[in-house]
Amino acid sequence: MESSKLKREKDSQISDELNELRMESSELKKARDSPISDESYRRSSFPDEVLERVISLLNSHRDRSSVSLVCKDWYNMERWSRTHVFIGNCYSVSPEIVAQRFPKIRSVTLKGKPRFSDFNLVPQNWGADVHAWLVVFAAKYPFLEELRLKRMTISDASLEFLASSFPNFKALSLLSCDGFSTNGLAAIATHCKNLTELDIHENDIDDKGGGWLSCFPESFTSLEVLNFANVTSDINFDALERLTGRCKSMRVLKVNRSISLEQLQRLLANAPHLTELGTGSFSQELTPHQYEDLESVFNNCKNIHTLSGLWEVKGLYLPALYPVSTHLTFLNLSYAVLQSDELAKLLVHCPQLRRLWVLDTVDDKGLEAVGSNCPLLEELRVFPADPFDEEIVHGVTEAGFVAVSYGCPRLHYVLYFCRQMTNAAVTTVVQNCPNFTHFRLCIMTPGQPDYLTNEPMDEAFGAVVKTCRKLRRLSVSGYLTDLTFEHIGRYAKNLETLSVAFAGSSDWGMQCVLAGCPKLRKLEIRDCPFGNAALLSGLEKYESMRSLWMSACNVTMNGCRLLAREMPRLNVEVMKEEGSDDDGRADKVYVYRSIAGRRRDAPSSVLTL
Amino acid sequence: MEGRMNYENDLVNLKATELRLGLPGSDEPTEKKMRNNKRSSSEISEESRTSGVTDQAAGVNDEHEESAPPAKAQVVGWPPIRSYRKNCLQAKKNEAEGSGMYVKVSVDGAPYLRKIDLKVYRSYPQLLKGLENMFKLTIGAYSEREGYNGSDYAPTYEDKDGDWMLVGDVPWEMFISSCKRLRIMKGSEARGLGSCL
Repeated sequence: MESSKLKREKDSQISDELNELRMESSELKKARDSPISDESYRRSSFPDEVLERVISLLNSHRDRSSVSLVCKDWYNMERWSRTHVFIGNCYSVSPEIVAQRFPKIRSVTLKGKPRFSDFNLVPQNWGADVHAWLVVFAAKYPFLEELRLKRMTISDASLEFLASSFPNFKALSLLSCDGFSTNGLAAIATHCKNLTELDIHENDIDDKGGGWLSCFPESFTSLEVLNFANVTSDINFDALERLTGRCKSMRVLKVNRSISLEQLQRLLANAPHLTELGTGSFSQELTPHQYEDLESVFNNCKNIHTLSGLWEVKGLYLPALYPVSTHLTFLNLSYAVLQSDELAKLLVHCPQLRRLWVLDTVDDKGLEAVGSNCPLLEELRVFPADPFDEEIVHGVTEAGFVAVSYGCPRLHYVLYFCRQMTNAAVTTVVQNCPNFTHFRLCIMTPGQPDYLTNEPMDEAFGAVVKTCRKLRRLSVSGYLTDLTFEHIGRYAKNLETLSVAFAGSSDWGMQCVLAGCPKLRKLEIRDCPFGNAALLSGLEKYESMRSLWMSACNVTMNGCRLLAREMPRLNVEVMKEEGSDDDGRADKVYVYRSIAGRRRDAPSSVLTL
Repeated sequence: MEGRMNYENDLVNLKATELRLGLPGSDEPTEKKMRNNKRSSSEISEESRTSGVTDQAAGVNDEHEESAPPAKAQVVGWPPIRSYRKNCLQAKKNEAEGSGMYVKVSVDGAPYLRKIDLKVYRSYPQLLKGLENMFKLTIGAYSEREGYNGSDYAPTYEDKDGDWMLVGDVPWEMFISSCKRLRIMKGSEARGLGSCL
């Protein structure tokens, strides 16, 4: 966390320097274009080597993008010095084009499917297979070191190919991906001699057993980050213990459910320098002696600032964590079923907390404890323990939300699942915390109004966008009329991502957003009464956005065809369900800008218009 | 006597006042849930076509759909919980519900039923504290002679024989093994119950 903050500061320093250089350069151009004296020319000239050096220090891909637009020289200097490329939509560009422009890439981040695929709204075989990319990388970037994938499909064969094609390969991160099994992981463990990072997080894995972990050779010592919480089957504990014992630089270790408390204690005894720990289930009946051992080993782990796991934790053993709690900045309890008093007792020991994820079993009372004990809190996520069982109605309400806002004025990121909310509460929250950058509120019953006044929740989200000028991401819910979207269009000038479900009254709502939010990049809409007029009002806009998703709205095939015809640089994809007749409705529409043209790997259920 | 008669009427009407989310006539919400889990791809397409909200039993209950207000059936991909988290929660619930002891709790005047796991509690005071926290009310102390006199609410439960008892009358172990559901009554009504031993 600290290092990325430093990076950002450094980046902004460099940005400032660059701005000066940019002004100098344009002055230089002006000077060249008009008759000038030799002296002024020499004063403004800037050696390329210095410029290259400055540009090469840039990390932010947005800064690099800006730099590359200044002039041809800068474009070339930037492309030769770029080592990390971020591709937010794998279909917006082809691997050949990327390799052509950036010859020196060592690290790639690729994102694939639309975000709603997380909620089963995208068909299984939709695409985003990484293999074609790997083939090009093997040819053009043989020294590739890092690959980070999100919502992509990667097969075991691809993992094997990866493991054998890149001798310098260091870091693999798979988040929300699918298509592979533990055999693929075995290939990585076996062949990647220089691996420092293996981060397997929230994927749909075909778990064939834990043998993969034993594939790390005895001579292998470079691992620094190991996250296999996702891979649930039993692994060979001896192999893991030896692995953590010989990887002296290990700083992140997140184990799976199969690791018992006693085993965890043994691992930690060997790795006191850990900064991030995922504890696995944290459940076992401990003898007092074992408990003491656990406590003392936590006492030795002075560097742990991030803690997760705790899936089966019993309140009884939480005190063992107290020695670690005092330096915690990120506590992820989102899989731990805790009651309010258990959380309260723990939080007393967590004064440094910046980020907290919990289940709503902690109730409003638990959130009051958050407000009382964590004044530095910046991010809160409250997940529902029973989102689909309508009989079990517990969880947090507007009261908990308000309580946190009073105690945590620095809060800027919230994800809040609840079953009731009021306009007044949200208004109070943003008055207490005006710095929200990410505001994601999910009132779980679709189209539910303010439960006290029965009014729409328009006022709530109006307050959010009016008060929180730095807002970049917004998810709305509850009963909303077009008024909400008018507010968004009028005030949310920094908004980049908007998620809408079961809301709005007419096309006008969506039109307001498209016309009013200059920085909008991602718009995802489901089950709203927005039709062709709304879709087509964004004609000019979509090229400046990454993507648009609309499902179960009132858009027709003809509307989509018109969009596709008018905007050739957009891919307009319509997903058709099997057996549904062509009744003119375009049920799922995904629109994105692309310089690669229509994709060639679309399955038969996806029509590119 | 008076109190007891009222109480029995209340019993009869209890089911009518019970607020549940489902089509009138559909008595088993759990059945609906099971059907939800067996969702097939053709059902998904059916759902998407009708704006994502349908009654799971659309095929069977079409006539009911016309006349009845729309049921709160499960919607595809809503609430927006990642599949990974959903699967973890489901696995946890399957484990828990195997070993837990869930009973419904209703509170006079509250719109929702709640469910609690009796296994979580080890004694009456713990249970009462839990109920007080959950419903934000005061139940006070139990006394053998006077029940919960002096407090606004009194917890009662239905036992295996279908009788309504005051919570605290029997030893904890017996209570745990016989309690089928809980009802927190307004104090005034409960006083009648407590006096009829």
